[in-house]
Amino acid sequence: MRYSGLAVLAQGLTGNKGWRPAWRDPAPKDAYDIVIIGGGGHGLATAFYLAKEHGLTNIAVLEKGYLGGGNIGRNTTIVRANYGLPGNSEFYSHSLKLWEGLEADLNYNVMHSQRGIINLFHSDGQRDAYARRGNAMINQGDDAILLDTEGVRKIVPYLDFEQTRFPIFGGLYHKRGGTARHDAVAWGFARGADRRGVDLIQNCEVTGIDIENGKVTGVQTSRGAIRAKKVGIVVAGRSSQVAAMASMRLPIESHVLQAFVTEGLKPVIDNVITYGMGHFYISQSDKGGLVFGGDLDFYASYAARGNLPMAEHVMEAGLTLMPMIGKAKMLRSWGGIMDMSPDGSPIIDKTHIDGLYLNCGWCYGGFKAVPGSGHTFAHLIATDRPHEAAARYRLDRFATGRGLMDEEATGSQHNLH
Amino acid sequence: MRVEGRGRIDRSQPVRFSFDGKTVTGFKGDTVASALLARDIRLMGRSFKYHRPRGVLTAGSEEPNALIQVGQGHAMIPNVRATVQEIHDGLTVTSQNRMGPLDRDLMAVNDLLWPFLGAGFYYKTFMWPRAFWEGLYEPIIRRAAGLGRMTRGASPEANERAFAHCDVLVIGAGPAGLMAARTAAEAGADVIVIDENTEIGGRLLSDSEEIGGKPGDVWAGEMREKLAAMDNVRIMTRTTVTGVYDDLNFGALERVGQHLPHEPDLPRECFWRIRAKTAVLAAGALERPIAFPMNDRPGIMLASAVRSYLNRYGVAPGRNLTLFATNDDAHRTAAEMQAAGLRVAAVIDSRTGVEKQGDYRLIEGGQVIGTKGRHGLREITVRHGGRTEDIITDCLAMSGGWNPSVHLTCHLGARPVWDAEAKAFLPAPNAVPGMIPAGACNGAMSTSACLTQGKEAATEALKALGLKTARITVPKASDEAGSGSTLWYVEGKGRAWLDFANDVTTKDIRLAAQEGFISVEHMKRYTTQGMAPDQGKSSNIAALALLADATGRGIPETGTTTYRPPFIPTSIGAMAAGAEAKGFAPERFTTSDRAMRSWGAPMITAGLWYRPSYLPKRGETHWRQSCDREVRMVREAVGVVDVSTLGKIDIQGPDAAAFLDFVYCNMFSTLKPGRVRYGLMLREDGHVMDDGTTARLGENHYVMTTTTAAAGQVMTHLEFVHQCLRPDLDVAFISATEQWAQFSVAGPKARDLINSVLDQPVDNESFPFMACGEVMIHGVKGRLFRISFSGEHAYEIAIPSRYGEALFRDLVARAETLGGGAYGMEALNVLRLEKGFITHSEIHGRVTADDVGMGRMVSAKKDCIGKTASLRPGLSGEHREQLVGLKPKEPENALLAGAHLFREGDAATRVNDQGYITSVAWSPTFETHIGLGFLLNGRARMGETVRMVDHLRDKTTLCEVCDPVFFDPEGGRARG
Amino acid sequence: MQITCPLCGARDIREFSIKGHETYLHRPDPEAAPEEWNDYLHNRENPAGETRELWHHGSGCGAWLLVTRNTITHEVLGAQLAREARNAG
Repeated sequence: MRYSGLAVLAQGLTGNKGWRPAWRDPAPKDAYDIVIIGGGGHGLATAFYLAKEHGLTNIAVLEKGYLGGGNIGRNTTIVRANYGLPGNSEFYSHSLKLWEGLEADLNYNVMHSQRGIINLFHSDGQRDAYARRGNAMINQGDDAILLDTEGVRKIVPYLDFEQTRFPIFGGLYHKRGGTARHDAVAWGFARGADRRGVDLIQNCEVTGIDIENGKVTGVQTSRGAIRAKKVGIVVAGRSSQVAAMASMRLPIESHVLQAFVTEGLKPVIDNVITYGMGHFYISQSDKGGLVFGGDLDFYASYAARGNLPMAEHVMEAGLTLMPMIGKAKMLRSWGGIMDMSPDGSPIIDKTHIDGLYLNCGWCYGGFKAVPGSGHTFAHLIATDRPHEAAARYRLDRFATGRGLMDEEATGSQHNLH
Repeated sequence: MRVEGRGRIDRSQPVRFSFDGKTVTGFKGDTVASALLARDIRLMGRSFKYHRPRGVLTAGSEEPNALIQVGQGHAMIPNVRATVQEIHDGLTVTSQNRMGPLDRDLMAVNDLLWPFLGAGFYYKTFMWPRAFWEGLYEPIIRRAAGLGRMTRGASPEANERAFAHCDVLVIGAGPAGLMAARTAAEAGADVIVIDENTEIGGRLLSDSEEIGGKPGDVWAGEMREKLAAMDNVRIMTRTTVTGVYDDLNFGALERVGQHLPHEPDLPRECFWRIRAKTAVLAAGALERPIAFPMNDRPGIMLASAVRSYLNRYGVAPGRNLTLFATNDDAHRTAAEMQAAGLRVAAVIDSRTGVEKQGDYRLIEGGQVIGTKGRHGLREITVRHGGRTEDIITDCLAMSGGWNPSVHLTCHLGARPVWDAEAKAFLPAPNAVPGMIPAGACNGAMSTSACLTQGKEAATEALKALGLKTARITVPKASDEAGSGSTLWYVEGKGRAWLDFANDVTTKDIRLAAQEGFISVEHMKRYTTQGMAPDQGKSSNIAALALLADATGRGIPETGTTTYRPPFIPTSIGAMAAGAEAKGFAPERFTTSDRAMRSWGAPMITAGLWYRPSYLPKRGETHWRQSCDREVRMVREAVGVVDVSTLGKIDIQGPDAAAFLDFVYCNMFSTLKPGRVRYGLMLREDGHVMDDGTTARLGENHYVMTTTTAAAGQVMTHLEFVHQCLRPDLDVAFISATEQWAQFSVAGPKARDLINSVLDQPVDNESFPFMACGEVMIHGVKGRLFRISFSGEHAYEIAIPSRYGEALFRDLVARAETLGGGAYGMEALNVLRLEKGFITHSEIHGRVTADDVGMGRMVSAKKDCIGKTASLRPGLSGEHREQLVGLKPKEPENALLAGAHLFREGDAATRVNDQGYITSVAWSPTFETHIGLGFLLNGRARMGETVRMVDHLRDKTTLCEVCDPVFFDPEGGRARG
Repeated sequence: MQITCPLCGARDIREFSIKGHETYLHRPDPEAAPEEWNDYLHNRENPAGETRELWHHGSGCGAWLLVTRNTITHEVLGAQLAREARNAG
């Protein structure tokens, strides 16, 4: 059924009895044209765009838990296209354009809110680096404004401009950046894919990938064998385990990233703000909680939880930057498992196995990428050619050194991005 | 209303505070909630979505409804639990989440729209027209949502952080916790007992229990005295354990001054990091509400809370009580109320065949199916025996049984286990290794069982510690656990609330199930059940039980959502205490810092250091004037600048040379003692890590300098290389950055200046370019390096740090007599740019040796870190952006760092991008702007005209590609 | 989390930093095949379970340690000096 204000009104008047399930709960069939392993944001988006853009609907998305139970449901919800390096520039630009039409595409309110994002800088050197990035954004056709201290003060006057340890020199302002309601993105893509005929199969864990003569033929699952002509792996922090089923060793290390939310507050932070001297980023959700995060805990982990030292460090950055935050109370902390790549940028590529495709390495920037990732991965799976917006996300770039996209410029150590 | 003869408040000490501007008087020991209830004020807040009137549900930190704002101005703290906040003179309390007065909240209109505002309604609407989301819908939603208000200013109140260590951490000081603490303490263990209440005792303070023949609170008081007298016990009240982390690390939040009038030296809260060798969790249990229709009115609260208000605060929350329960607790509450002389209108028990415990009306097999009362409960409707009946009441105490507080056992990822007999989730076995649950949180529901489990848990902890348990007898207490049935929700007309804080009703859970959100996580996220400030402490279990029913599954298959830290909302100010303003990171000062500041130099941060930007002279009004003068001063006379912030690593040993050959891409074993060489260091992935000069002071003794920014990273890297890759090398090194003050002296008169402070003068023969050695400076042993970062004849002179300031002031004074003086970072940058020297603006982490024109420095004769990876095809060649110099065609046309480069006729778009500019300056020497940048295949494009475009600053400049070295390319000046 | 440094005893995680998997200990020969170098620099087994990794006691004695740890439970199972682990093969 179509969602609209009118439907909400009509249902409200009749006891909300007519709402149908957002998606079916089908049993897996014996065979599909395409099997997507992973029912997170990227997997669901891939299925949606395979159906919408390529007319392919004999597709199953296999999810070992519940739909959208991974990083799509545990991030800090930031959506932006403010990257500086070729490869990332065109990709995130493409993704942001998809975001801008997502509600209409999905008939689902994902609450995409372009409230603007400010990356603060604290030295001349940082300003030059941000200027380079901002110019790259405009070269790409996206928006960027370079603010000086006064410009920052006008937008976010509540930051500490006088006493803070690292004075605020200015900021790079990306007005089309913002936030979205993370769960809604997963559910919107799930519902959209389901409505087009894709089977979304929950509680179905893939336990093996069948390969014959260098070609993929299907998967083994906790709910039986499923044949498939093409298989896409898009499982984020679990990429290494699933790829190992195809005897592949990936340039991925899984790490825990913590995030935090405060109790609900009346509106105090209107934008997304990132701190340049210590990893810290913050926005306020529509419900009123301040949502913020920082750096990895740095050790490899599958535990989806972190430890106090990094949690405290994140709070410290928040407190020195915006002293008011000391009065807010942290309500909940959680962790997600990040598929960290050696240059901090993702991989969307074919593998050496015919019919097996790989989408991973999103580090902790995967949320904003969801529409772009799904869209370009669908293109690759459907046509066997990379989409031009994701053509540089090659798996072999580490071996060749060609086209590395090390935005953080920290080198090939997984936990430094 | 206040009840005589009851409660633990101090009636001799009246306390006055204000609530929404009105003065209220309570007593010392009251919470805001108890003081307001004592004055018959039941309405304390408004609900999140429907803005319904709300009072208190509980008497503890799990309170979902009575959230208030405390304090004034920038000190105001939102979302404080009225049930926890103690009153003190001068306390200002305001209600929150309202538009207009609390009893006439305009937003209450939402309550009329409830049929349209069910679970997830916002996902289905507000999509058209698109621009209306950010322009109209979202701002309205944002304003309506949120709870308390927080001003944008810093709180003037300070907080603290601290560490503590113990053998046994006892969490919760009820009967189980006290017994555990006593057992552990008698055995000699270092014990910390933590309880979130103002005094220890737990439920013993609220309930009429006997232990060892004494009233429970008396027993608890005796235990407190015994424990407090022991040196190995620390009792921490008003402290809540917020989280469990790996290896028995705990976070805990202590309310230090929150309950007292503000004093400047008293922190509001202290965040503790506690590391324990073992722990006993005695966190108790929280009573369950029942989701019956219209169960959210002020006056409807938990039975346990009613007993707490009576026995701890001497307050009756109503004059005419009713009780609705599934278990014996209700009867005990009724009996206690009657014993206190209060009227009990009826006890409605959902069971049949139960025994009365007093002289009150018992309605068996009854259910409350409706309530009335606009701002507080007035009447309830009861269904029993096939009929309904209205009963007048102003306080309904409800009890749906107990949920063991398993939260902390789940923080490391364990899931609690459903126990069909206990009808509750209990801690999973060994959920947190080393933390032993005991008492009600572990399913023990009688006082006697709690005491026994407390002792057993401590015994287990002592065993793990290798300590012998002392003989302690468990005192006698009631072993009556009480019986009960489960009743999660009552069917009927109207909404029945589960999550009071987030306004989630049984209808919402059913709608979620109807729409396919049947995973417990989907249900939670779709309905927001359990996502409010109380994190569903009193409602999550009932919600999942309802979901289990709605989906035809059992409770165990449905499962719980994830319990996450913190257990209670924890102020960021406490968790980050000390990081305000400058406290975020250490500050490092050079020995010249005082002199620089006294001369008016603006100091800028360089990593953790402060360095002078420039040194303004009288009459200079713009930094450029000072900078230009300083550059000319160095080029024409002599300048002095503090370079102590550069990393200095002292490297010694027979294999020091081999080690340096391995960590630098160029050779250092061939360097002669007494000489300095520039070195380029790669990361193992083939990109440049850092550069600097390294001096060979002796055959087996080198001093490496690193850039300021990379000093720590390089030191860690060297230790890695030595210990992990080349432990065969006999070498040792240590950072000596802070032991030496080092000053660069540059300019044609540099030698004159240097010789004026040396005991033995140097000349070009004895001390040529790139020489180094020990020198005596005014009788102090120091070091001299003839190196230049400006292209001028220059030295770096090093002296032990304690003489740094003296030498610096002396050098500058002498320089001034030679027409020179001190210079700052701006001039230093111009000088290095004129000479084409790179900094981390150029070696920014993505460039290779070949990119910066130093490909040939990577020695072919030896292996080194980064060499093999640098030979990857992608890392060198004409497809890469290479370092070039840039000059504007018109000298006065500015270059901008961060601008991109394009072919002259190309549009400034990504596909046409040819490179970018990294560093720029106005060169007073050449009277033109100059810059360094990276250009695609740049070394082959000398003389070509390229277009610099800076969209951000709206600047386009045509420039000529040139060699990066602008000044003295032959190097004669530095050598001369 | 805490790690027992063989030189200093049990210390809080705040004193340590981590570089990554034990792989870093086994630098290939400079002439080794590009695949071997690619494996060394980039590819990881990334186990969900027990792993061995390199930690630096930077705010302590400066020793690099080879730490055995579980990536699911975060349990630290042991630590030895990296140089000794290397010598032991």
